[in-house]
Amino acid sequence: MTIQFKQETFRDDFTFSNSPEAIRRFPFPFDKDEYMYAVNIEQHMPGPVKSPFEFPIDIDEHYVSEMRDRALVLKEDPLRCQSLPHMITAEWDLLELLMESMAKNYPEHFTLTRDGDRWHWINRPLGIDQAFTFGDVSTLPQPPMEYVTRQCQGDFALLDQRLDNLWMDAGMITTQADWSLDFDIGMNFMEWHAPVPLAHDMGIFERALKFLLNLQQGRPVRRLNWTMTVNPRLDTSPENYHKWGADRTTVTPENVGDKVHLRVELQALWRLPRSNAIVFSIRAYMIKMNELVTIPKWGRRLHRVLRDLKPELADYKGLTRYRADTVAYLAKHDDGAPTSPGFFPDPE
Amino acid sequence: MSGGIEIPVRVVEIEQATATVKRFRFAPVSGEPLPPFSSGAHVVVLMPAADRTIRNAYSLIDRAEDGSSYRIGVLRTPQSRGGSAFMHEQVTVGTELKITMPVNLFPLVHAGRKHLLIAGGIGITPIFAMAEELRRTDASYEIHYAMRNTSSGAFVDELRARHGDKLKLYRDDFQETLAVDAILPNQPLGAHLYVCGPAGMIEAILEGGREAGWPEENLHSERFQAPPTGEPFSVRLAKAGIACEVRGDQSLLEALEQAGVDAPFLCRGGACGQCEAAVIEADGELVHNDHYLTEADRASGAKIMLCVSRLKGRELVLDL
Amino acid sequence: MLAATIKSRPIYEGLRLDGRAKRHLVAAEGEGALAVLDMLAGEDAALARATLLYAPGGSAGQEHGAKLAALRPDGFHPLPTQPTLLNRLEVILQTATMGTRIYVAGTEGFIGKVVALAQAHGVDPQSVRTEHRGSLARRVQCVHCKGMTENVTASPFVCSHCGLNLFVRDHYSRRLGAFQGVCVDAEVPGEIPPAEELFR
Repeated sequence: MTIQFKQETFRDDFTFSNSPEAIRRFPFPFDKDEYMYAVNIEQHMPGPVKSPFEFPIDIDEHYVSEMRDRALVLKEDPLRCQSLPHMITAEWDLLELLMESMAKNYPEHFTLTRDGDRWHWINRPLGIDQAFTFGDVSTLPQPPMEYVTRQCQGDFALLDQRLDNLWMDAGMITTQADWSLDFDIGMNFMEWHAPVPLAHDMGIFERALKFLLNLQQGRPVRRLNWTMTVNPRLDTSPENYHKWGADRTTVTPENVGDKVHLRVELQALWRLPRSNAIVFSIRAYMIKMNELVTIPKWGRRLHRVLRDLKPELADYKGLTRYRADTVAYLAKHDDGAPTSPGFFPDPE
Repeated sequence: MSGGIEIPVRVVEIEQATATVKRFRFAPVSGEPLPPFSSGAHVVVLMPAADRTIRNAYSLIDRAEDGSSYRIGVLRTPQSRGGSAFMHEQVTVGTELKITMPVNLFPLVHAGRKHLLIAGGIGITPIFAMAEELRRTDASYEIHYAMRNTSSGAFVDELRARHGDKLKLYRDDFQETLAVDAILPNQPLGAHLYVCGPAGMIEAILEGGREAGWPEENLHSERFQAPPTGEPFSVRLAKAGIACEVRGDQSLLEALEQAGVDAPFLCRGGACGQCEAAVIEADGELVHNDHYLTEADRASGAKIMLCVSRLKGRELVLDL
Repeated sequence: MLAATIKSRPIYEGLRLDGRAKRHLVAAEGEGALAVLDMLAGEDAALARATLLYAPGGSAGQEHGAKLAALRPDGFHPLPTQPTLLNRLEVILQTATMGTRIYVAGTEGFIGKVVALAQAHGVDPQSVRTEHRGSLARRVQCVHCKGMTENVTASPFVCSHCGLNLFVRDHYSRRLGAFQGVCVDAEVPGEIPPAEELFR
């Protein structure tokens, strides 16, 4: 299965869009007509063919353009990729996990050959051919985490486990929903979740931490999270908020279908073998409102979710200014019919 | 299955390291490489005894570079509840067993400036792996290894070859005593201490650390705790509608497994919290033997760790 | 006492002598001296093993320094400014040994700097004993230009480096010893809520 990689942008002229196939495989995050926090963690097992859960690491039609956008972000702000010195073993673990998974599941695009610690990596879409020694940083053009995550969709944070907590001690974060790696690096699990409203009092993070401390090798888990973004901008970082914040005032009833995007994060966590660290991957998928309503069930359901969302959550997710226009647009696609349970589109 | 993924392995080598310790080398039955692991990790070995499956946790000593084998070390304990006796008497080269994926509840603090590794007897097994990782990463470390006598030092030769002067031995028959107050002064800021061995030794070392003014954050230990035996009692699972007896020489977790219950576990030593269960009713006194529940948890009488804790009384009803 | 409702903000539990420590390394700024006096007055055995570093705060006078000196600790280093104190502390930490307990008292920004320095020498932040004294002013990092502004008492405020109008988010980085400042009028430039004095 050869993926046709699109040439598109996530800034300036915003030419990003989804093909009909990409729309159908979009990881729609609501299995009911309402939303509230839940731990909602499940095993990251292979999912249906062609879904974003088919393989542990999902590569899609946006791959080449997303990697180009990441390179642009890093050129402007190298602090988006940082690693504390004790994380080097975890970096190599991550490199192994990503290269193995990409090469195994997308052999037309990626090849990994291993001979002891002598490795050979070929990335055809990006035109990379690299021989290196596993464990020897001097044989790669960048440190291992940076090297491999410049070639893999999604943000990645490496969490060190000590003193019964998880510490965000390394990461490549260029497509984040309004949090700063440079600010949060070195924080523990409770600390970096501090700005999230409501969930602390619900005990969500205590339970999630307890679960993750016992996360087992070979048994990754995943969850979906969501927010909304005006324009298909991957880099909605706090660092650049003064540049993109004004986008939120540009939504009108005429342009809402094209401008407003549901942004879903497929978050997956793996225990890494050599370092005992956890990798937390945050893969962002975006879909325009006028793409989303081509799946009737999703149009109906998102209308109901947004209409009934608690104000604190709407505020935290930054959609207060354009929520009314979006709900009004979606209302036209909600005939009040009942929706079927679960995430997936109804059969046609 | 609720201990996670199980890997079928074949015993390919057995070494009688001392009179009471055997080292076993496991190779994967599938031929697929065994996964790398972080030092301090253990696996649970599933032993097919005649009447039941025995599950014991053993620290991993090392992994062959190419993933073709793991090694563990097993002390034959006189009060064996079956596990170490099985390993010593039933297992031969060629025996097939299952192990779980490695789990690490005794990790190195990678940000530490220096690492003091302290082992007593068979407690050397995780320390052996930790020392190797520290050597490989050029970290600063010392190994302090206490044993009954020279002939019971199951790992001395291998350790000496790898670590040279960084290894200090304390042999009872040479009147050498591991005095923690001699080791701890003058260690640089940011040093961490790790101890594994008999419970009494662990307590003494940790107390010595506190006495030397070390913060709790720098003191780490792993207890190898076999489930304590006790009086038999009955257990009933309210949701599952299952009832069974827990023998005196059996843990609650083992009794439930024998009754066909797929209960979750990781360490089977009261440390990880995976097998925590909610108590609905206890006709008797809960005997908590774990290191996981807080004082408040214990006082509430509402929680129990299935792997090491038990009831002194007639019947325990769990919300399972 | 500062409210502990911000999950990323450390809890400053107050100075408490560690009777088992072999060495007490104490850093204080401004009114933090009073917390040190409360902890060490009359503790002769501890004072014989204590090194005190003190920098007067912006508002506090010199008399605190004199009171600390009168404790007659084993070592006393009055220093003119926070940076000189931190330099001195750095040198001491380089040769310090385990068994040294670190204490810090003063404003939150000062506590943050000392804890971060100790962490750079391998000391876990949880093992540093801390007490907040003096101004509630916050040290704030502008998330946009990364510049630090000291003694922020109101939100929003103007970044002293890039000039953006920032509101102070209730999110604290121990590593930076600072709160996060985020542009308040990014969505509608010029739409700035009135500044409120919040952290005096």
